[in-house]
Amino acid sequence: MSEHTATSRVAHHFEDAEQQFEASTLGMWAFLITEVMFFGGLFLGYIIYRAAYPEAFAEASLLLDYKLGAINTAVLIGSSLTMVLAVRAAQMGQRRGLVTFLLLTIVLGSVFLGNKVVEYSHKFHDHLVPGPNFGPETPLAHPQQAELFFSFYFGMTGLHAVHMIIGIVILAVFTVWAWRGRFTKDYFTPIDLIGLYWHFVDIVWIFLFPLLYLISRT
Amino acid sequence: MSQQVIPQRIYILIFITLLLLTLVTVDVAFYDAGWLNLPLALTIATCKAVLVLLFFMHVRYSPRLTWVFVAAGFFWLLILLVFTLSDYLTRGGFTGEGF
Repeated sequence: MSEHTATSRVAHHFEDAEQQFEASTLGMWAFLITEVMFFGGLFLGYIIYRAAYPEAFAEASLLLDYKLGAINTAVLIGSSLTMVLAVRAAQMGQRRGLVTFLLLTIVLGSVFLGNKVVEYSHKFHDHLVPGPNFGPETPLAHPQQAELFFSFYFGMTGLHAVHMIIGIVILAVFTVWAWRGRFTKDYFTPIDLIGLYWHFVDIVWIFLFPLLYLISRT
Repeated sequence: MSQQVIPQRIYILIFITLLLLTLVTVDVAFYDAGWLNLPLALTIATCKAVLVLLFFMHVRYSPRLTWVFVAAGFFWLLILLVFTLSDYLTRGGFTGEGF
């Protein structure tokens, strides 16, 4: 589109709105790749220690509530669906749909975090948080190595939760913007970019769930 | 904006597939497949991730340059994992009791 309705939105160094949009998406992808590396290091550390202490990790994994984990996986996948529908509404210039789906995404993201709070508080109650008070009631065969597992558990899910919180804050801001009619069919780049971020966070959880909760349930 | 609007039913179909794969991954964990458990879990997770990437993140409908970025990102992750593990796993240190 060279005859753009959104002329004022195109910065002078871009040919047109489309080129500007593609540049923004590409920039977001570059950021997400750094995030892949960021989480990748943690996954690598986890894999090495799990290979070193397979029994201890399997035993410690049984102490996680896989049902809550599975429910949270479903909730997060649901939030990805509402997010992608928000982007779709933005593409078609539907302000009401956009606001509704953004709100639904925020709600589902909050449900996920709420479940996480319940889970974490159970772990505190059961003395499963690494530190001087670590020591569940039923003794473990390898308590020190189980502590290591829980360090990975809290480190990785905690970092994931921080990403979710940041995502929800940004979504809340964009919902207000959407409500005020800031986005049009020709300009919705921020919605598209937060969508990419949100789905990336979903992908991280897709790997965390089986690796942490489902090591061996037989 | 040239971005295609994808029919809603495709998104819902992907959503249902992702939910089903989540059920499968839970189910598989209760099934003793020996050393195969981990590769199975990771294969299912990778399938889910690819579905999210291609459809929810619109990579399938994105310009070639986006494909190159995404592929390069995961290729670099693979370098990190494969090279480090090929080092650790060939030193004969893993006896199941630590390094």
